[in-house]
Amino acid sequence: MNFVEKFFEQNREKVAKGQKLHWLASTFEAFESFSFVSNKTAKTKGAHFRDGIDSKRAIIVVVIALIPALLFGMYNVGWQHFNALGQVCQTRFWQIFFYGFLKVLPMIVISYVVGLFIEFMFAQIRNEEVNEGYLVTGLLIPMIVPPTTPLWQLVLAVIFGTLIGKEVFGGTGMNFMNPALVARAFLFFAYPSQMSGDMVWICDMPDGVTGATPLGEMLAGATLPAASVCDMICGFIPGSVGETSLIAILIGACLLLCTGIASWRIMLSIFCGGAVMGIIFNLIGANAYMQMPFWYHFLLGGFAFGAVFMATDPVTAAHTNKGKYIYGFLIGLLAVLIRVVNPAYPEGMMLAILLMNVFAPLIDYYVVDANIKRRKKRMATATDKK
Amino acid sequence: MTKVIKIPKGLDIHLFGEAEKKVKTVDENLFALKPLDIVGITPKLLVKEGDNVQVGSPVFFIKQNPKVKFVSPVSGQITEIVRGEKRVIQEIRIKSDGADNAADFGKQSIAELSSEQIREKMLESGVWTLLRQRPYDIIPDAEALPEYIIVKGFDSAPLAPDYNLLVKGEKAAMQVGIDALKKLTSKTLYLSLNKESGEEISSLQNIEKIVFEGKHPYGNVSVQAEKISPINKGERIWYLTVQDLVVIGRLFLDGKYYNKKVIALTGEEVKNPCYYEVTRGQNIASLVNDNVTDKNLRYISGNVLTGTRIEKNGYLGYHDNQITVIEEGDYKQGLGWMMPNVKRFSISKTFLKGFTAFCSKKPVHIDSNLHGSQRAYIFTGDFEKVMPMDIYPMQLIKACLAKDIDRMEELGIYEVDAEDFALCEVIDVSKTDVQQIIRNGLELMREQGL
Repeated sequence: MNFVEKFFEQNREKVAKGQKLHWLASTFEAFESFSFVSNKTAKTKGAHFRDGIDSKRAIIVVVIALIPALLFGMYNVGWQHFNALGQVCQTRFWQIFFYGFLKVLPMIVISYVVGLFIEFMFAQIRNEEVNEGYLVTGLLIPMIVPPTTPLWQLVLAVIFGTLIGKEVFGGTGMNFMNPALVARAFLFFAYPSQMSGDMVWICDMPDGVTGATPLGEMLAGATLPAASVCDMICGFIPGSVGETSLIAILIGACLLLCTGIASWRIMLSIFCGGAVMGIIFNLIGANAYMQMPFWYHFLLGGFAFGAVFMATDPVTAAHTNKGKYIYGFLIGLLAVLIRVVNPAYPEGMMLAILLMNVFAPLIDYYVVDANIKRRKKRMATATDKK
Repeated sequence: MTKVIKIPKGLDIHLFGEAEKKVKTVDENLFALKPLDIVGITPKLLVKEGDNVQVGSPVFFIKQNPKVKFVSPVSGQITEIVRGEKRVIQEIRIKSDGADNAADFGKQSIAELSSEQIREKMLESGVWTLLRQRPYDIIPDAEALPEYIIVKGFDSAPLAPDYNLLVKGEKAAMQVGIDALKKLTSKTLYLSLNKESGEEISSLQNIEKIVFEGKHPYGNVSVQAEKISPINKGERIWYLTVQDLVVIGRLFLDGKYYNKKVIALTGEEVKNPCYYEVTRGQNIASLVNDNVTDKNLRYISGNVLTGTRIEKNGYLGYHDNQITVIEEGDYKQGLGWMMPNVKRFSISKTFLKGFTAFCSKKPVHIDSNLHGSQRAYIFTGDFEKVMPMDIYPMQLIKACLAKDIDRMEELGIYEVDAEDFALCEVIDVSKTDVQQIIRNGLELMREQGL
């Protein structure tokens, strides 16, 4: 590492204020702090030592948690393709995986390159250090879109998601909607034909084959999804790249919960909310979709993925512990409600999370307000006594 | 039956270098008063360089509050008045003549003094400056009266000194101190105790005793005050330690300003951590010379959570009863953010230590490295783990940053002080200076005259 350290030492002056290369200052700092945790020490007054964790470490845990779902997603992209061709049995494991890998990799590269460029640019404009948050967002975006998404659309979505979802509000930590979901919503509403329907979930589909997702089938009036429960748990169903495998998602969830990076309150209450709404529909039982066992919802579409990775984004979720229960519960409830009742959108998770992102500050407002009221009441009693 | 209050939330951080329970003495002839130790005052000097002073001679008074004087802890000569930027007075250095000639304030029994006389005497002799007021953690006005007074009988910070040892053999003085304050204010005095409090402290009379159980910050005044009677807007409470009681008591018993105090020299880098009897404002050089390791070290007057960094030949802080020496963490670590760092202190379960942080009693190694750089607040719910009060820490911090006075008030700024956020600062993933943010918020409120 010595020569790297030397490189940074020698070039530090070149990016200093007033120098020609100052426009690279944030980039320089980002790479330096990536290579070395800095030697900054605590100030003269205050706490003289700090916890070992920093945002890089916390963020990288989320990235690692996403990897099982990503790897399986790549495999599934290949599997769906060869399955549609009817060649799955003859094709070797690595062939299937590399087919998917080559489809998904460009999406990841595009997402990171475009998104990080914007992130670095805005950090420089604001004269701040580059925030690590995009490392997660940049991986999430390719994982929540159909594998056939054209790359130019992805570029637009990333730009829209990063700019409108985050930078205009002041960057990571200041945004109120999950930028990855904003990107997804942009694609969903701007290019509906490429984002939903039966034709977008399988790469290079042969003619005459349809590849509806189980959610699509249900909305079309099926009594139960065609795929077996086992396939849905393992993830051998058409869908967005990263969302299909419950097992891979649960591995990520375990990591997030064990390290305490994501909130168990949110995850738990989303599943509770989904179950409650699902059971209500089961009790009503007015059509086939309502009669579908409520726990099927957890296996289908982006429910689990959204619950584990999207809704738990600490910035856009409710900030108070009590608020997190309400926030999560309503997401689960709304997601199932939209799925079953709304004929236009087969998948309700994205919209449910975005809607609750908007309402999270309101939830917090009322939770904190209870504390404020308690204080005011106490004050009033104290004044009365005097 | 003494009242027992449990405060289950919090975090005890166990460090190496706890002071051995014996009291040593050292010779030293350099002393200083540091006005910057005291929150929110503008000092007005009463002496100049070269002046001779006695123990108890006034050195400076508070501009905003002219009756409140700070006095010299030793007899000798003012050698230097150190000024910083904008001529701010940083240190008033005094060289002792070793004689300890003391100004005589007259021995008197509390019974024969009126409340006003006690007040005058405390102001005149400088012991008034040992009282501190919440909110704001400032020295109370010369004419003020509190709602009630808390006397701290223990400290829960990492490596904090054992108060039983600090006031050993001073029971009589403490009792006189209590009687004086009782007569001065006619308000309730509360004595906070914990399970370790010894007989000398817990047998004091004329004071309401409460035993607290829990984890740090259960020794903080704000946490205790919230349980006794939370501070509402406009209310003022006072607090002091049992050690300060001794000084007040001795003033009436001996008629002199009692200039000694026992402090703990602690920290991993101290070879023989133990207690010392020192004079207030003493230079620490004679304590730490030859008694520390030869690493690059940080000397802290106070504890590692709230203390002030001083030089190796710096002076003990005005209210401090502890010196802590830890390693300076000015090193870089290649890819440090993804290394296992199994020995590093953390409450995050991304480190091995994080799994046992809240229950382990094993000491951990610390240094002053920040282990990261400043970011916006991203993660939520961490501060709540170490905040035992009915306060929303993140929301209050943001209100302070936004300088939103109404919001700060609503969220309970009057009930807290910077020290209550020390643990939040330690565990903050975003590496912000939480205590300074809260202090700035409090100062803003104070400037508004609230």
